Amino acid sequence: MITGIKRDHQRFKQIVKGKIKQNLKKYMTQGEIIGRQGKDYVRIPVHQIDLPHFRFGQRQSGGVGSGDGQPGTSLGQEGEQNGQKAGSSEGEHTLDVEVTLQELAEMLAQELELPRIQPKGQGSLSSQKNKYTGIHNVGPNSLRHLKRTYREALKRQIISGLYDPKNPVIVPIKRDFRFRTWKNIQKPQNNALIVYMMDVSGSMGDEQKEIVRTESFWIDTWIRSNYKDIDIRYIIHDAAAREVDENTFYHTRESGGTLISSAYKLCLDLISKEYPIDEWNIYVFHFSDGDNWSAEDTKLCVDLLKADLVPKCNLFCYGQVESRYGSGQFIKDLMENFQEEGRLVTSKIENKEAIYRSLKEFLGKGK
Amino acid sequence: MRHQLPPELHKAHQEIREIARGYGLNTFDIIFELVDYDEINEVAALGGYPTRYPHWRFGMEYDYLNKSYTYGLQKIYELVINNDPCYAYLQKGNPVVDQKLVMAHVYGHCDFFKNNMWFSQTNRKMLDEMANHATRIREFQDRLGVEVVENFIDQCLSIDNLIDQYSVFKTATNTQKPSLLLEERESETPTSAGRFQSKDYLENFVNPRSYIDEQEKKIKEGQDKLRRFPLKPERDVLAFLINFAPLEGWQQEILSIVREEAYYFAPQAATKIMNEGWASYWHSTIMTQHVLKDSEVIDYADHHSGTVSSRPGQLNPYKMGIELFRDIEERWNKGKFGKEYDECEDAGVKEKWDKQVGLGRQKIFEVRRLHNDVTFLDSFLNEEFCVQQKLFTYGFNRRTGQYEIVDRDWRKVKNQLLFSLSNFGQPIILVEDGNFQNRGELLLVHQHEGLDLEFDKATETIKNIFSLWGRPVHLMTKYNSQAKLLSYDGKEIHEKDA
Repeated sequence: MITGIKRDHQRFKQIVKGKIKQNLKKYMTQGEIIGRQGKDYVRIPVHQIDLPHFRFGQRQSGGVGSGDGQPGTSLGQEGEQNGQKAGSSEGEHTLDVEVTLQELAEMLAQELELPRIQPKGQGSLSSQKNKYTGIHNVGPNSLRHLKRTYREALKRQIISGLYDPKNPVIVPIKRDFRFRTWKNIQKPQNNALIVYMMDVSGSMGDEQKEIVRTESFWIDTWIRSNYKDIDIRYIIHDAAAREVDENTFYHTRESGGTLISSAYKLCLDLISKEYPIDEWNIYVFHFSDGDNWSAEDTKLCVDLLKADLVPKCNLFCYGQVESRYGSGQFIKDLMENFQEEGRLVTSKIENKEAIYRSLKEFLGKGK
Repeated sequence: MRHQLPPELHKAHQEIREIARGYGLNTFDIIFELVDYDEINEVAALGGYPTRYPHWRFGMEYDYLNKSYTYGLQKIYELVINNDPCYAYLQKGNPVVDQKLVMAHVYGHCDFFKNNMWFSQTNRKMLDEMANHATRIREFQDRLGVEVVENFIDQCLSIDNLIDQYSVFKTATNTQKPSLLLEERESETPTSAGRFQSKDYLENFVNPRSYIDEQEKKIKEGQDKLRRFPLKPERDVLAFLINFAPLEGWQQEILSIVREEAYYFAPQAATKIMNEGWASYWHSTIMTQHVLKDSEVIDYADHHSGTVSSRPGQLNPYKMGIELFRDIEERWNKGKFGKEYDECEDAGVKEKWDKQVGLGRQKIFEVRRLHNDVTFLDSFLNEEFCVQQKLFTYGFNRRTGQYEIVDRDWRKVKNQLLFSLSNFGQPIILVEDGNFQNRGELLLVHQHEGLDLEFDKATETIKNIFSLWGRPVHLMTKYNSQAKLLSYDGKEIHEKDA
């Protein structure tokens, strides 16, 4: 019937996605799209696109209404009053645009110019799949290939002179039958593990956590788009570390000191127990304000990283969230010790605006 | 899109048609289509026309309508287009009483379309015309690419309100290339001041110097006027651009299409209150006096009151229109008009005034033929009506950040109403000079009548006009009572006091 509107609708969606792409930087730092997440898509609020016109500013223009009330009676706030104008002309509405995570990841990749991830241990873990590709002369009846069978029978009858064009009856015999067969296809499969660690000691405030949350959302989106299966584990630590679920991870606040090594130990433990490194691509992200309890503990951390943790990982990222209380020493120690190591990346995240840059630093390596 | 009406609705349609004719409603043939919600959203998004040119804004509208329907925020009951025959849409699954109400309502609209003089010049084959437009624009898109054409349409739509809103009778533009006029006129007008013959020694007395200077100055002014381009400020900015902007053939054609559709829709905007009032008047008359069955009364009342309800502080065109029509009918039935009534100063007498002249019906038919919203309210909105309808003016209070009731004086209410309806609430923009500063630049003037333009939108619009005109574009307007000249030269917006 009407096909036009569907095309217009498609076109509109394209344009809106273009808008999102243009403003991706804004969305990346605001974090307002997190929490509007479905299973495979996010909802992004976009202001209605309108064509500019010469028109009057809203505020000055009063209007006429009807109802009770004395002069001076309030008619409500600006937003509510929108209705008066909306009676005859269209009001402004926000659109919720659904974008799949895949699309979002692609936009992210383009915006940040991210290289595709090269998974390690390609093919080391494989999944099997049957694919019907071949033809065989024995097989179960359910897989009988009618066309091929007919062709064989026809061929045989012509050769043997049994074929009569006036009465083209083809009767297959047993050796004419052909059957579909399958092949086992080995598909290399890449799994990834993301471990998030966060310092929840007293010096990490809500603002810092918000930054971590936004940043980890985008990291998830990116890594998810590169791997088939993903495990995500969360570890929080102050002086001691424990594994928690996602909700707890973002909402816990402890007081107390910070022993970063405790988290690294737990992480190492987790990996070696559950995730054999030749089957998993392992990504570890650690966020802290850079305030460790003692130099000895920092030393211990560096040793742990050097000896065990970093060699196991595709990427170890340390993000230092600026806070008023932290000394920010830890990032310097790491940088000193791992100048040569490509798999360990550090980044300073001073504020929300820095999320953009830090994502690029973390993910720009293509590991 | 042919969906036969089921027998029950078909019967109802015939019944309503006969009743409407009996009342003297004179309509085109009306074809009702029964469509489901998705189809009605599609058609509504396209402004009522099944085929429109491809453009994303229809898709946006569709998206919005669809979501509103899905979440139960709004629902389209009635959709009727001004065409011969007239098409109207009924939504499948609505209760029968609603369908009947909509049919009666549509008969009101269609009668209005056919007989109101502001619609007399509209194209009654617009359904076909819109489809033709669609074909043309699709051809351009095939040839030039979707985005090129779409971007151009965006620019055109951005100024589609800059037409001469009230000249619905002007179909073709009468702007002419001034150069032709200039040569013709120049040959007719004297180029130097006429002198009387005189002897040398009398020259200074017969043709005094000051007089000659004055004459020459006048002639020069006259010539300058002739050189103006356009000769008179032009309100139909679209026509001016079609004629004089350096556009390619396809661009001219698209701009013409946009202009034609803008003119087609203009009378509908100019008669919103009347049109809805008229249709509501007739649906209520037809339903309550004829069609309604006992079992349907509650549903009808619910629906009708929904249509004419207004939230406090809002003005519902349906309500305003129907009440004013009823008021006029009553006044003319009772003879509450004319010199004698107007000059009567006894409120009690006026209140009980009833000469039993019974001219009401006749009068409202006359009103629906001759008026648009502005003249309608100007002629018939009076103090009694204002009080009865509890009308007030409101304004924005900067201090509290809220809208507040300002006044209940009926003159102010009327003024405010008329003001907001003049030029359909659109700013008046004129082409003042197409050769501004003698550099082929475009000067537009905003006739400032108390309201400033929205600055951001104005600058964006100027940029769009720049891409059409190809040379710098200027807009003379006012902000906070200070005359301003906004200019765009292709790089940035300049703003200076003028």
